[in-house]
Amino acid sequence: MSEERHEIRLSVNGASYELSIPARRLLSDALRHDLGLTGTHVGCEHGVCGACTVLLDGQPVRACLLFAVSVQGQEITTVEGLTKPDGSLGNVQQAFAECHGLQCGFCTPGFLTTITAGLRDNPTPTHEECREMVAGNLCRCTGYQNIVKAVERAAELGSEGDA
Amino acid sequence: MKPAPFAYHRPTTLDEALATLAADPHAKVLAGGQSLVPLLSMRLARPSALVDLNGLPGLDTIEVSEAGVRVGALARHAEVLASAEVRRSQPLVSLALGHVAHATIRNRGTTVGSLVHADAAAEMPVVLTLLGGSVEAASVRGRRTIAAADLFLGPLESSLAPDEIALSAFFPALPAGAGVAFEEIARRHGDYALCGVAALADGESVRAGFVSVSDVPTVVDLTGVPAGERGEAALAQLDPQGDIHATATYRSELVRVLTERVVQSAMESRQARSPEDS
Amino acid sequence: MTTKLMGQGVQRVEDQRFLRGQGRYVDDVAVDAATLHAAVLRSPHAHARIVDIDVEAVLDIEGVHAVWTYDDLSGRMAEPLPLLIPHPTLTHGRTQYALAKDEVNYAGEAVAFVVAEDRYVAEDALEAIRVTYDVLPPVVGIEAARAADRLVHDDADGTVPGNVGARMEQSTGDPQPAIAAAPHRLELDLTIERSACTPMEGRGTVARWDPDTNRMQVWTSTQSSTGVRAVVAVKLGLDLGQVDVITPDVGGGFGVKINHPWPEELLVPLAARTLGRTVKFTEDRREHFVSSAHERGQVHHVEVGFDDDGRLLGLDVAFWHDHGAYTPYGLIVPIITSTQLLGPYKPAVYRVVFESVYTNTVMVTPYRGAGRPQGCFVMERTMDAIAAYLGKDRTEVRAANFIQPDEFPYDQGLIFQDGRELEYDSGDYPASLEKLKELVGWDEFPAFQAEMAAQGRRVGIGLACYVEGTGVGPYEGAHVHIETTGKVKVATGLTTQGQGHATVFAQLVADELGVKFEDVEVVTGDTRRMPYAVGTFASRAAVMSGSAIHLAAKRAKEKVLRIAAEALEAAEEDLEIVDGVVSVKGSPGSSLDLGTVSVLSNPLRYAFDEASKAATQFSVGDPGKPPVPEDDEPGLEGRDFYSPERATFASGMHAVIVETDPRTAEITILKYAVVHDCGNLINPMIVEGQIHGGVAQGVGGALYERMAYDESGQLQNASFMDFLMPYVTEIPDGIDIDHLETPSPLNPLGIKGAGEAGVIPSAAVFAAAIEDAEGITISAMPISPSELFHLRQEHSA
Repeated sequence: MSEERHEIRLSVNGASYELSIPARRLLSDALRHDLGLTGTHVGCEHGVCGACTVLLDGQPVRACLLFAVSVQGQEITTVEGLTKPDGSLGNVQQAFAECHGLQCGFCTPGFLTTITAGLRDNPTPTHEECREMVAGNLCRCTGYQNIVKAVERAAELGSEGDA
Repeated sequence: MKPAPFAYHRPTTLDEALATLAADPHAKVLAGGQSLVPLLSMRLARPSALVDLNGLPGLDTIEVSEAGVRVGALARHAEVLASAEVRRSQPLVSLALGHVAHATIRNRGTTVGSLVHADAAAEMPVVLTLLGGSVEAASVRGRRTIAAADLFLGPLESSLAPDEIALSAFFPALPAGAGVAFEEIARRHGDYALCGVAALADGESVRAGFVSVSDVPTVVDLTGVPAGERGEAALAQLDPQGDIHATATYRSELVRVLTERVVQSAMESRQARSPEDS
Repeated sequence: MTTKLMGQGVQRVEDQRFLRGQGRYVDDVAVDAATLHAAVLRSPHAHARIVDIDVEAVLDIEGVHAVWTYDDLSGRMAEPLPLLIPHPTLTHGRTQYALAKDEVNYAGEAVAFVVAEDRYVAEDALEAIRVTYDVLPPVVGIEAARAADRLVHDDADGTVPGNVGARMEQSTGDPQPAIAAAPHRLELDLTIERSACTPMEGRGTVARWDPDTNRMQVWTSTQSSTGVRAVVAVKLGLDLGQVDVITPDVGGGFGVKINHPWPEELLVPLAARTLGRTVKFTEDRREHFVSSAHERGQVHHVEVGFDDDGRLLGLDVAFWHDHGAYTPYGLIVPIITSTQLLGPYKPAVYRVVFESVYTNTVMVTPYRGAGRPQGCFVMERTMDAIAAYLGKDRTEVRAANFIQPDEFPYDQGLIFQDGRELEYDSGDYPASLEKLKELVGWDEFPAFQAEMAAQGRRVGIGLACYVEGTGVGPYEGAHVHIETTGKVKVATGLTTQGQGHATVFAQLVADELGVKFEDVEVVTGDTRRMPYAVGTFASRAAVMSGSAIHLAAKRAKEKVLRIAAEALEAAEEDLEIVDGVVSVKGSPGSSLDLGTVSVLSNPLRYAFDEASKAATQFSVGDPGKPPVPEDDEPGLEGRDFYSPERATFASGMHAVIVETDPRTAEITILKYAVVHDCGNLINPMIVEGQIHGGVAQGVGGALYERMAYDESGQLQNASFMDFLMPYVTEIPDGIDIDHLETPSPLNPLGIKGAGEAGVIPSAAVFAAAIEDAEGITISAMPISPSELFHLRQEHSA
């Protein structure tokens, strides 16, 4: 007996996609496999590592803890949506490049979305607030020092130009 | 780790949701999902269907009155935590919420959902119990109010019937002249606590609630117990267990240390608080 | 004149795709509806005989394409997986089968393999498989293994008596007489618990069989593309030339991905060929915990004799290494412990004996440091114990034992993990120590400690020194190709897991060739581009591939100059290459760009575009000579290999100041200092990143992470909720780093490896600092607040 499929429409990075998927399809898998947006990564599937973090109506959420069918009608932003329309890097991405805030790059998309929302809500964070902003994301490569620097640099870039 | 198959319902009215639940005893409610979805992914839970409440209107309200704070089923932890009105009315809710997981989880997880999940290692169930709060539940049979004291039956077991939905939770306001405090010790920032204590001190009584120390949220009356003896007095009524992160003996020591600290802190905040704050 | 890029913190080229979410990790490959997905049924028992496997119900599930057990394997696939690094003392090595044959020896071992439309369906299928087990009592922990009341391996494939896979001894003499005759003696028992790499990306393999070309294409998240290629070819009965292995972007390895082949790395290609479809396997987090590899678990006994200055007169070490259920990687980890335990010191006589024992747990293969953390822990705790015994400063005791700068090369008289002499080529340990003491404020600390004590606060300081033999052979190779566009394509066969190789190696090529950094593109780990390679491990990539790439670029440059000299009618010595243009020094009008030189390097009959007309037979060349000279080849390429005589020795020293809570025993890091010597640095920003990462992994390993097995061989913390990898909040806010550079005399660029350094001294340095704060001997790591609390109870009892 085949599994029931649900016809849903997902709005991701400003574009609308129609999908026919089972209810149990996690948002992380729908983004990656059904939409081919493989920038969102899966590190644990139990909500702890943060690699799958995307923005849902602008708020960071774990894509591995959501079912795609449950977020119809909401605006999803993935790492791919952080790049500017002309293909250049957004402030947070640029800051990571300057500060060597990534090594293998696997956890990075989760940090980028989290920090993008964090700086939007708090454009002038203190050093402690910068650390708190990334306190829910795991990284095994960088040891976090340069990630925190990247948050601070991104805040700087945000205040220099347009956010 | 992928969930087993389940049917999916996205009701647009509460009645529809209740009817669906009543028709399928193995269906579960999906609100925040931050506790439920990992259980499904690990196949530790296999509901026949999920009834997704996220499309229901009017369940995400946070109402603050003189009596206290009423949090709707879909109010996210983050929203409740951000509310200055909530903080003024019942600061213990805000204090405890800051320790629930990480900010990203709080963006989706619901406070009511956390209560109904009935995990004694979570912060909010014992806060509700300590404050003498309640949960409003609805089913096809009608509505009822479940007092916190009657809500938690066992580990991860609430007294909600399988076809009931918790519509809201009520946290009584902090009375004038009363003080609260909350502290927990965890291995990592954002982890489940090894031991957490919530304390409420008013003119007459001093009570402390414990996180991660028992199977059900447990509140201990420490009224009249002098400083320096509170830890031991609390321990006499508790039976902390060991796990891979902390032995029973060590956990007991944390109970001693935190009880003293948090009760003292609640008593001090009692003096600092003026009647206009409530 | 362009600045040299060697030594510059050049921004990474990899970041451009990673930051846009355009990395291509193994699960990102072949994302289309036609790709089939695999799942593996794993043993729930640590030790059991397989009585029966019933897959009937699976075939009813819609979307399932195949379900295999051992009985479905034949030929080489039915044989055990290879024992990668044999050693004469590994008398009882064992490896697992691709799917368990009659018995399972760890909870997590692969028992059945399913291929389905997607992973969801594949997992549904796993649940439909009914396995009947005859559960056997497991052997868990080194103590149980040594007691050998039960055996791990005692079956049709043979018996491993006493659970001992190997016993190995190395020595420079018998230390017992020296210890007996020494003015002072001490004995220590030291334990390190099992842990694991846990990269953010787990394992995965994709394979595609092309029936039109009879070729197998494999993508796998590995640290050795050529290793996987060789085994796939052998096991699937293919010619090596029929198999391509492409290493995709890899989300961290830290050692766990050097082991190969995983069962899935063979089953996936086999399924691809059998089913005629692209097949993908991506493990989930729980699988990574229970079916990849762990490391670190060892128990050590030390006997040491020393003089009044703390100089080691005799050092006798015995240890037991828990290698889990199988030994695919041989004895590398305990051999490294044995040899690297010596650190920067020169004990008069040293003997080390180890037994590598089986347990019914996940197998053990290298984890960043690969036995060095354990060795460093043993030696540094011994140094601290000696200092405490003599009432001396801990740095003084170490300094008394240092190999001095004028004693290099220093032969320790042992055989290292590469089968070669353990000879240290260079270093300056006294200078490093001075820098470290300055950096952490060693001399000022006692006053600080007293000040804190007056406030009722407990603080302690520790230090730990290590050396690391890096850049081991057998070799690495590089291919440099200057295309007719002037772009330079570089390939080396080892792999990348975040170290920034594409950037670092491009820096080397840009410097050597005189081209723009942006015009160099580097590919790693693709057997189509460089089929001769070993892999990324043992902090060898910069040394090995860096040297090979430098040499290959040199060869390419020689050819450039030869061709350009002829074309420009100038002497080679009078030419220079700047930003991809060859010109006569002082005569900028007389120049050729590299693209043109590339065109000229390949005599053509057929022009394919405007520029290539310059190379056609009527346009160029001496009609009296062969178009391609006898000792030459067409094209502008350079290929070379670097094969070292021995490892080159990096070194470092860490110090940490911690505070412990008098009631809760929580441990807070107040200051962390690193002095690091990895010779000449190609990219200091990347080296520093490696140190940061290593230190963080070390903090995790010392204070938070362990594999918690219960007596029935069940891993109790097989998730990120309970295996406590640190977040930013658990890592010190800022690490103080100072560098020393003693260039390696063994390779052209004077480089030493840097990848593992950060994590080597962690257990040692934290144990030392906590001991200093508490006045309680710390002889087992990692340590949690709960454990420290109990140590305090025992101590005061």
